Amino acid sequence: MTTHDQILGNIEEMACRMRKNALDLALSAGNNGAHLGSGLSIIEIMAVLYGGVLKVDPNNPRWVERDRFILSKGHGTLGYYTALAEAGFISREELATFERNGGILPGQPVMNPDKGIEFSSGSLGHGLSLGVGVALAGKKRGRNYRVYVLMGDGECNEGSVWEAAMAAKHFQLDNLIAIIDANEMQSDGARCDIMSTDYAAMWQGFGWDVVFADGHNISSLYNALIAGTTPSIPRVILASTVKGKGVSFMENNNEWHHNRLTKAQYDTAINEISSR
Amino acid sequence: MSPINSLNARLWSKLGQRGTFGITMLDLEKEIDDFMVLTADLCSTSGLDRFRAQAPDKFLNVGIAEQNLVGISAGLAKEGYTVFATTFANFAAMRSYEQVRLNLGYMGIPVKLVGLGSGFAMGMFGNTHYGIEDITLMRAIPNLCILSPADCTEVVKATVAASRHPGPVYLRLTGITNNPIVNKEDYAFEIGTALTLKKGSDIAIIATGSMVHHALVAANLLETRGISSTVINMHTIKPLDTRVLEEVCKSSRRLVTVEEHSVIGGLGGAVAEYISTRSHHPPLQMIGILDRFQKAGDYPYLLEQNGLTGPQIADRIAKLNEE
Repeated sequence: MTTHDQILGNIEEMACRMRKNALDLALSAGNNGAHLGSGLSIIEIMAVLYGGVLKVDPNNPRWVERDRFILSKGHGTLGYYTALAEAGFISREELATFERNGGILPGQPVMNPDKGIEFSSGSLGHGLSLGVGVALAGKKRGRNYRVYVLMGDGECNEGSVWEAAMAAKHFQLDNLIAIIDANEMQSDGARCDIMSTDYAAMWQGFGWDVVFADGHNISSLYNALIAGTTPSIPRVILASTVKGKGVSFMENNNEWHHNRLTKAQYDTAINEISSR
Repeated sequence: MSPINSLNARLWSKLGQRGTFGITMLDLEKEIDDFMVLTADLCSTSGLDRFRAQAPDKFLNVGIAEQNLVGISAGLAKEGYTVFATTFANFAAMRSYEQVRLNLGYMGIPVKLVGLGSGFAMGMFGNTHYGIEDITLMRAIPNLCILSPADCTEVVKATVAASRHPGPVYLRLTGITNNPIVNKEDYAFEIGTALTLKKGSDIAIIATGSMVHHALVAANLLETRGISSTVINMHTIKPLDTRVLEEVCKSSRRLVTVEEHSVIGGLGGAVAEYISTRSHHPPLQMIGILDRFQKAGDYPYLLEQNGLTGPQIADRIAKLNEE
């Protein structure tokens, strides 16, 4: 019998491995570079989803009752691919093909149902609408799956996010859970400088059930993600995160939004993570 | 399915292409499991009032939110639903263009997106509602099939074909009520295979949508002036029927495309792109909506202002023929 603490402990270890693997991938990408900042900020979110929340089966990736996960912030692949590898959807060999020419794992995900990748993404503001459609299909067919959509807080600048937010409430999609990677940074700088707004109030205003979580605390995320939803009400989890989390010279430093990693920087980063 | 005969052809013509589309949705709903019809606050305009009343659980109004319309439709279609989604042609092609590119094009999710009131059908609404660039835009997206039915009977044929097509489709509806009848009897409709409605030896007129009727009128007028015309109904803009283009390149001295769409990048552009790869081809004249915004007016006025009525098309072709 796996206890609650054991589950959380396993996820914690999984997140640690993922963070190292993410750095391995970024190093292997060479001059192509990688989205390190937001890849690292979603590591714990992805670890909790694939390590303890999502009902998915790598041996049956098209299982009709599987939970659906949509990475709307497509530049989070370092967190996504490393989680899919941990969960058994992607082999170690496949993971090593990250950002290879013509490969299946480019910098932003390409739909690949057999590898657990539900949709292509990269352009921001698309995932929540897709999630509304998938959640509606589940409701209409009486299926019990949940749909999880991970977005960035910067991504929520997009008007299409709010079209979908409006619809999710109107269609009473309590099987839809949005997660916001609230790292308070976006491509050009601090979110408050680029487009300051009170997202919590906005989601509440759109009729969603708003839950706050510490986006790097396994227990906080797990409790938020596993909890039952209020009937007829979609839920959003505002997960407070740090862009570039875990590597001091990357944290809250937008030079690492997308950058190439040198071997020396990689060694420093790995040492730092390993010593924690 | 409603039978295709002259009686229904007259009924559908009275309703126009949008009304006919709505009736076809009622027919398809009975035949297809997991069927959904979505609209962005254009239920009545899409001819879907009866559908909404008779199949409320298969109808969804997403409000005035075209980006979300395409995204939700893609989510449902990815889960296995046959999904038709309706909005005005200009909004489908422009407001939600990136959603179409990503979901229908890039991922190939088989949503059937219906562009209502394309061309000048919106009359007095003015330029904001004219769908005059949609073919140009949609044609540039890989994987997308573009259907442009000639009349209401062909709306039925094209809609049914779209529902059975494994990939995404953009269905372009043209004209207003009392839509001119081109097809009175049943006939074979196959996506990607143009229909030769009239065979001639001088000119080949390649038309699409509402302009097929006007091309036939023009061809008959030209006949009285001693000019023999072939008339092609290019109901599928993409994939383009290049076989029929090869035929008319060999059999005609001049090609003319006619469309209720901008002269830039539409059917004319598609034909030009293809024939320009041949070492020899007849000269091509593209007749369509002029490259300018319009002074708003009713539908016949706008066609006339752009030289798109049958007699005007005949005059333009006769003049070319004198050169």
